[in-house]
Parts: sequence; C-alpha cells; structure tokens
Amino acid sequence: MAGKTLYDKLWDNHLVRQRDDGSALIYIDRQLLHEVTSPQAFEGLRLAGRKPWRIDANLATPDHNVPTTVNERKTGIEGIADPISKIQVKTLDENCNAFDIVQFDMMDTRQGIVHVVGPEQGATLPGMTVVCGDSHTSTHGAFGALAHGIGTSEVEHVLATQCLVAKKMKNMLVRVDGELGIGVTSKDVVLAIIGKIGTAGGTGFAIEFGGDVFRAMSMEGRMTVCNMAIEAGARAGMVAVDQTTIDYVKGRPFAPKDALWDKAVEAWSDLHSDADAVFDEVVVLQGEDIKPQVTWGTSPEMVLPVDATVPSPTDAEGYERALEYMGLTAGMPITDIPVDRVFIGSCTNSRIEDLREAAAVVKGRKVSESVKEALVVPGSGLVKEQAEAEGLDKVFEEAGLQWREPGCSMCLAMNADKLGAGEHCASTSNRNFEGRQGFGGRTHLVSPAMAAAAAVAGHFVDVRQFMGQEG
Amino acid sequence: MKAFTVLKGLVAPLDRANVDTDMIIPKQFLKSIKRSGFGPNLFDELRYLDEGQPGQDCSTRPLNPDFVLNKERYQGASVLLARQNFGCGSSREHAPWALDDFGFRCVIAPSFADIFYNNCFKNGILPITLSEAVVDELFNEIEAQEGYELKVDLEQEKVIKPDGTELSFSIDEFRRHCLLNGFDDIGLTLQDADAIKAFEERHRESQPWLFDAIH
Ligand code: SF4
Repeated sequence: MAGKTLYDKLWDNHLVRQRDDGSALIYIDRQLLHEVTSPQAFEGLRLAGRKPWRIDANLATPDHNVPTTVNERKTGIEGIADPISKIQVKTLDENCNAFDIVQFDMMDTRQGIVHVVGPEQGATLPGMTVVCGDSHTSTHGAFGALAHGIGTSEVEHVLATQCLVAKKMKNMLVRVDGELGIGVTSKDVVLAIIGKIGTAGGTGFAIEFGGDVFRAMSMEGRMTVCNMAIEAGARAGMVAVDQTTIDYVKGRPFAPKDALWDKAVEAWSDLHSDADAVFDEVVVLQGEDIKPQVTWGTSPEMVLPVDATVPSPTDAEGYERALEYMGLTAGMPITDIPVDRVFIGSCTNSRIEDLREAAAVVKGRKVSESVKEALVVPGSGLVKEQAEAEGLDKVFEEAGLQWREPGCSMCLAMNADKLGAGEHCASTSNRNFEGRQGFGGRTHLVSPAMAAAAAVAGHFVDVRQFMGQEG
Repeated sequence: MKAFTVLKGLVAPLDRANVDTDMIIPKQFLKSIKRSGFGPNLFDELRYLDEGQPGQDCSTRPLNPDFVLNKERYQGASVLLARQNFGCGSSREHAPWALDDFGFRCVIAPSFADIFYNNCFKNGILPITLSEAVVDELFNEIEAQEGYELKVDLEQEKVIKPDGTELSFSIDEFRRHCLLNGFDDIGLTLQDADAIKAFEERHRESQPWLFDAIH
C-alpha cells in the first residue's frame, strides 16, 4: 500500500465517523471567531437552545471592522464612528461574554487579524484541525495543520458539535525546487503558483507545498503562501512540519510546555508526507525562474513578472473586461502603471518579517509625491509592539507612510480605509477583485518589498533595483 | 432548513466566469448581524449605477439597464445560470443568503468554488454542475426564447428542459438527503454525540496538548 500524504494523516487523525454516503464527521481542535461571520451562528445556537460543545477550543478577536486610526481606537468600541461596524464588534463582544468564549477585544494588545493572532499565540499547533468563518484560514496550514475556511452555518455546527461534516479532498503537491533569487519573496512564489495553475486549479484539492524553497522558507513566509492557497481554489494549503516549525511554536502562550512539549514534538515528527505517498496531481516550479510579481487584472491569476508588459484583451477570456476595469492598455510595461495608494498589511503580509522587508526598502527614501496615501497596518497589537521596538514605525513615518493600529483595514475596506474609484493601489493583500478595496478601486497584488518600492517610485518598479543601494 | 424537492422556474443567465462572492454581495453589506434582507443588494455593484450603502432604500437607486437581472424578461427568475468557478473568493455565507433572499433556489454552472458550493446546501439552495457544453447550450436557448423555464427535480437528479429533454446531474448522497428533507445538520450530527465523545476521549489521551484550554 502506498504511503500517506500529510493531508491523509491529518484527515485520518481527526476522523470521527465515516458515513456510508461518502461524507464524514471530522473533529475540530480549534475554531477562531471574528465579528463578521459569527453573529448569525451565535443567534442560531440561541434559537435552538444549544450550548457550545467545548468552549475552550474557541478563540475570538474582532478584525474586519475595527478602525485603524489611533483616535478612533482610543475609546474602544464606543469610539467606532461607523454605527453599523460598531454594532457588529459589540455583538461579538456580547456573544463571547454570554457564551464564555475567550476574546482578545479591541483594547487588548493581543488583538489582531485572526490569522496572525492564532499562530502568534500558539493557538494554532501542528497536527491540529483549525477552522474559522474566513477563507484565509488556509494560512494555518503552514504549521502542518489541516486548516480551512467555513461558512457561518458551519461555524454554528462546530460550536455546537466540535465537528464538521466534510468530504475528503484530493491531494495536490506543489513543489518549488531550487532557490529564490534576492528580492524574490514568499508572496512572489505564491503569486507565480496561482499564475501557473489558475484560480480554480486547486478546486477540490488540499495542496501541500513542498520542495527546497519551502524547506528554506521561514514560518511567516510559509503562512503567506498557505494564506493564498484559497486564491488558487484550494480550501486548504499546508507545509510539512520541520525544525523551523518547532522553533517557531516553542514558548508561545498556548503551546504545550515541559514534558508535554517533548511528547508533542515527538508526535509532530510524523507530520509530513511519506516518501512513497501518491498525489493526485503534482505541479513543479523552479525557484530561480520566479521574479517579483505584480497582478495587472481583477483575479489573482492575472499576474505577471514585473518586467513584463500588459497582455492583449484577446489573449484569454475575461481579459478585455479586466483591462477595461483596470484602465490599462495592452503592451504597456507593468512598470508604467502609476500607483495612487499603497497598502502594506492584511493576513497575507502584516507580520514582522513583512514589515521589516518593507522598511528596508523605504529606509532613507521618501514616498513619491504622486502617491496620495501609503498605509502600513500591522497584523496584531503584538506585531505593532515588536515593530515599534525595532524602530520600524519611525522608518515608515520618516519616509511618509502612515503607521496604523492593527486590523484588516484596506484589505477589504470594511472600515474607513479604502480606495477611490479609478485609483491604483499597490497592495500586499490577497484579492484584486473588482471593488474589493473600494468601489471602482484598482488593486495590484505585490510583496511588501514591491509595495514599498512602488510607494517610493510612484509606479511599479523592480525592487531588485533598490537592493544593495542606500536610499 | 428549507427543503428542496422539485422547482419549476424562470432562468436568468449570468454570462460571466469566476463570479466571486465579493461580486455576489459586496463587503459593506456584511456588517449586518442578520441572515436575511440581503436580496436588494445581490450583485450590488453590477445591478446599480451608484455605490450601495447598508440600510439604504434600494428602490430609488439608479439601476444599470444592461445588467441581466434588471431586464424585464428575467423578473421573477428562481434559477440562475452561470459560468465556471462560480462563487470563488471569500467564504461569506452572505452570498447564498443574498441569492436566496432575492428568490434564487438553484444555480447551474459548469463548476463552483468549494466553500460556496458547500454553503448553498446549508441554505436550501441547490447548486447543479453541468458540463460546459450543456451550459453553453442553455445560454443559447435562454437567449432565443423569452420566458424560458427549467424544471429541477432533486429526487430524480434531473433538469428538464421546456421541450422535455432531461439533463442528469448528481449530488452527494448525504447532501441530497438533507436537502430533500430540509434536515438540520446540527441535529443530525448530534445523533452521533456518543461517537464524538468517544473520539474526543481517545484524542485527548493521545494528544493532551490539543486540549490545553484557551484561557
Ligand atoms: S486581512 Fe483581508 S483577507 Fe485577511 S482576514 Fe482580513 S479581510 Fe480577510
């Protein structure tokens, strides 16, 4: 019999019951909750008179709606200017209190984007099943965990039963061999993967990211890659556990301690695909071939290396509409696309390494006068603290970028941070859909280094030109 | 949950691939803490010429005359015909809530994004996958014939065209069963409470660190 993939192992380890009809009950170790997709789930519980199955498996924090300016944050929930956002954040607060679920509220330094907070706290551990009412839950797969987004009805289902009704997905291996060049980051790797397999390429699959490039990548880089597995259509992305994983988890607040730690580490050593495991599909890329990437269209698969030119409307279906929406003409160099706003943040790229990467580029330089606004939004209160301890906030502010309070911010523009119609944004987030960052807004997805370089140049530019030179 | 057995309804064609859930229901409407009331904002950015705000009266907003759901001939449609990878992007269940609230009970497409597909079943909406060629044909027929209706029979797993032609589709046994009966998923799972408890014990025994409480 062939060996098992990492996904097979995680599935088998959590299988409560296989039903005859092909569906299965899967046990869920951790559920993360936020204000947007949980209110109707709590309401459902109440209406049915049900109680959460295991309260201490849940962790909540508000992120999507929270304001990111110091002023609006000062007075807590009451200070949120948008009355509808306020109700939502307040509802989370009330539900967590009523059901006794731990919440890092808006005033807690541990508050932040759920996908930054979970790993940072050790609430996400190798070998776990992790769910959240948010598609970017795939992020947590970086820990050798089975993690994916669910809908609100499923949030309620997990609260009530600690299980999910699921069907096993197929296995895909995305291997990136070799090494990455200087100035090429995890974000470029995942964008290049999506460019290759398309936004539906991973539909129905759990993707394991393997190969030298991922072995050499930091945990934060792996999180960036797994985060965007969903942008390739795969609900779950994952990376095998190795020493990098274990070093990252060690000492985090909710990580096991002492004797339990040793036992856990031993168990985690099995969290990789067996050498003879069979994947339903294998995709291979070469690290050396990957250049810094920029999306030009309205789907993450509409992506090109920064030295390319904008494609023709007749190249593929949907290109004409995308080019029109983005206000681009065929044949123009990507580096001629002007940048009106810059957003460095989101669950894809708001961790400390991302901020360091961006700061290194803007240090001693100035944001171009043609850029109306450049925001840096750390992923959590703790990331913010760390960045400030390293003086990154000062580097950003001296260069003319704004340093904000943690949250999702302009990633989906549910708070006041958004694009105006027709504005181009160099964004480190994960979706460039029409209107995602504001009505009529034009999003270009890039790495933090590329966003920082675009802020300085006022248009897209190959960040590698900035490297090795002092600003 | 609402049961789905047989539906006969007018079909509206949305000729666009990769329709994402941001498009189905833009984020500003996710601020609601309710499950209903999303219908007027379904496809908001395509449907209206102005930028929609939550809580606004949509009846006075300028409609985009070119958008298919605004056309006279598709008023009252309950089946949506779409292109590949329908429902990609965010996991928001507000997308099926909005489709349902608007009056759609069935979506037909060559392929769906996983999370959206799953969310449909939780809300009594039937997503049907038919081949690209068949979907193409349906687009043509709808275009040609005003008042085009399809009959969708979940029990038989068949879509029946106005001329009587039958198109077969298939739905997972468990999902079909739940949808036909309008079963509450949670209630069903709780019938397995003993199995869950037994699993939980074993799991706790072998990996106690997974049960370190969040505190
Ligand atoms: S940062 Fe963006 S993608 Fe991530 S959870 Fe928040 S809104 Fe979703």
